[in-house]
Amino acid sequence: MSVDLQTVKRVAHLARIAVSEEDAERMTGELNAILGFVEQLNEVDVSGVEPMTSVTPMEMKKRQDVVTDGSKAADIVANAPATDENFFLVPKVVE
Amino acid sequence: MSDLTHLTISEARAKLRGKEISAAEITEAYLSAIERANPVLNAYIAVTGDKARDMAKGSDAKLAKGEGGALEGIPLGVKDLFATEGVHTQACSHVLDGFKPRYESTVTSNLWADGAVMLGKLNMDEFAMGSSNETSYYGPVINPWRRSRLDTVVMPTTHQGDGGFVSAGGAKTARTLDNAQLVPGGSSGGSASAVAAFLCAGATATDTGGSIRQPAAFTGTVGIKPTYGRCSRWGVVAFASSLDQAGPIARDVRDAAILLKSMASSDPKDTTSVDRPVPDYEAVIGKPIKGMKVGIPKEYRVDGMPQDIEALWQKGIAWLKDAGAEIVDISLPHTKYALPAYYIVAPAEASSNLARYDGVRYGLRVPGKDIVEMYEKSRAAGFGREVKRRIMIGTYVLSAGYYDAYYLQAQKVRTLIKRDFENVFAAGVDVILTPATPSAAFGIADEDMASDPVKMYLNDIFTVTVNMAGLPGISVPAGLDGKGLPLGLQLIGRPFDEETLFQTAHVIEQAAGRFQPEKWW
Repeated sequence: MSVDLQTVKRVAHLARIAVSEEDAERMTGELNAILGFVEQLNEVDVSGVEPMTSVTPMEMKKRQDVVTDGSKAADIVANAPATDENFFLVPKVVE
Repeated sequence: MSDLTHLTISEARAKLRGKEISAAEITEAYLSAIERANPVLNAYIAVTGDKARDMAKGSDAKLAKGEGGALEGIPLGVKDLFATEGVHTQACSHVLDGFKPRYESTVTSNLWADGAVMLGKLNMDEFAMGSSNETSYYGPVINPWRRSRLDTVVMPTTHQGDGGFVSAGGAKTARTLDNAQLVPGGSSGGSASAVAAFLCAGATATDTGGSIRQPAAFTGTVGIKPTYGRCSRWGVVAFASSLDQAGPIARDVRDAAILLKSMASSDPKDTTSVDRPVPDYEAVIGKPIKGMKVGIPKEYRVDGMPQDIEALWQKGIAWLKDAGAEIVDISLPHTKYALPAYYIVAPAEASSNLARYDGVRYGLRVPGKDIVEMYEKSRAAGFGREVKRRIMIGTYVLSAGYYDAYYLQAQKVRTLIKRDFENVFAAGVDVILTPATPSAAFGIADEDMASDPVKMYLNDIFTVTVNMAGLPGISVPAGLDGKGLPLGLQLIGRPFDEETLFQTAHVIEQAAGRFQPEKWW
């Protein structure tokens, strides 16, 4: 499988990365090189093989559903580019 | 006092406890070494001198009372991937511009609790994506090793005056250093370069496909990627969560064992962290390996591999045999599929993990006419080329209609890769010996690799299988190639059997000797 310029632009939008025409053209070549490389996986007979979901067999740890941490609003917004009274500020979302 | 920087961690530990040296002295020695070398090597991207001096002072107070921890007063460097409270933490990306976390990663918390001193943050490939440390927003790291040429020098007959010497003339060989700058490998290139150039006693690093072991091999240092789940990932910037593991880079095997003991823990904040006590890794160093079964996988003999590496591998086999190990030929039939499967699984996980960098909660924001344009512009300006490439691949292979063909297929192949190892270990093999990398360190801005991303990816061909199977792997320096550059051997072990790796790596280290670059920087 290979990608064309249109697909690259669509994927870039899905990934929320702005690309120029020139970027998209360069990426098309690079992505096709990588997709060409991974194509060899199709040679492998995987019939009856379960996909890996966890690299070490372990049961997921669970804990009591209780509050263990919190009251850190100032810490949470400390690194934000724009805030107001412990809220993150973003451009208007709803018209 | 610059030779304080040449002490190993175990040597420094003894001198600190014996009050022969102070934590303040050794910390100052490292800080001045960094000041001199860093403009050339670019290993550190932030030096925390004041913090280091404060921590050293605290260590000296504890040492005076005989209360020092396992790493009391030992100055370390920290890869920029680890969150360090109030200190530059950007995974060497522009997208995390100005980010200073309000929390400390579990691994670094463990080190500070044991008394270690933080010298600063180390350069790396952006988001740990790269094998040469050239994708960093802060520029490439330079390897302290350089190629050299072995020349035959004809010594003239010289006479000196009264009481002087008379040389009879003749021929001797001398190495001449080449000026070409080499990469230290990646992604933990800053960690490896700093350890090799005596700019820290040891360093934290991380390994998703070979990012500890390949730079260790390129710089003549020891690097171990422990079993998945051994070190907590909490507070480590995520790249590919099912593959990422933290581990140390150190100057010798014993130091790596000392560091891993402190870094590893069971952590309730990481659900994949294993509930097992951390063994005393140092205790196995020096134990004989007589009777140990060492597997040699035929699939690791690849086309175009330099003769030097094949010869080194044979030497390694001979050393272990001489030490009483039993050498057996083994087969890991799915080895060649590990790298292509990795380049589906890792980018897929990365595209999901890196979705959080959107200019809202932290880091870089580039304004746009609406929120989507703000996201797109912030991410376009914040991520470098390699990171964008991987996010794009990951987004594509996870997108509707392609998931089964790529991601599901890769995860099935991953099951087969792991099964290969399980079969070999079930047959009684204790440890597997392979080369660490398919080449020695290469030049900065290598044209071949720049023109084809896959060529760069091939650096991880011997290391990536270990991440895919979640196993522990160590890279130990084993010799120099014809150009005087270090080469490493890799040992792969059973899950959570890091002890066998340290024990066996020490045998190789004893046989091969230690390697350090000739100082030019």
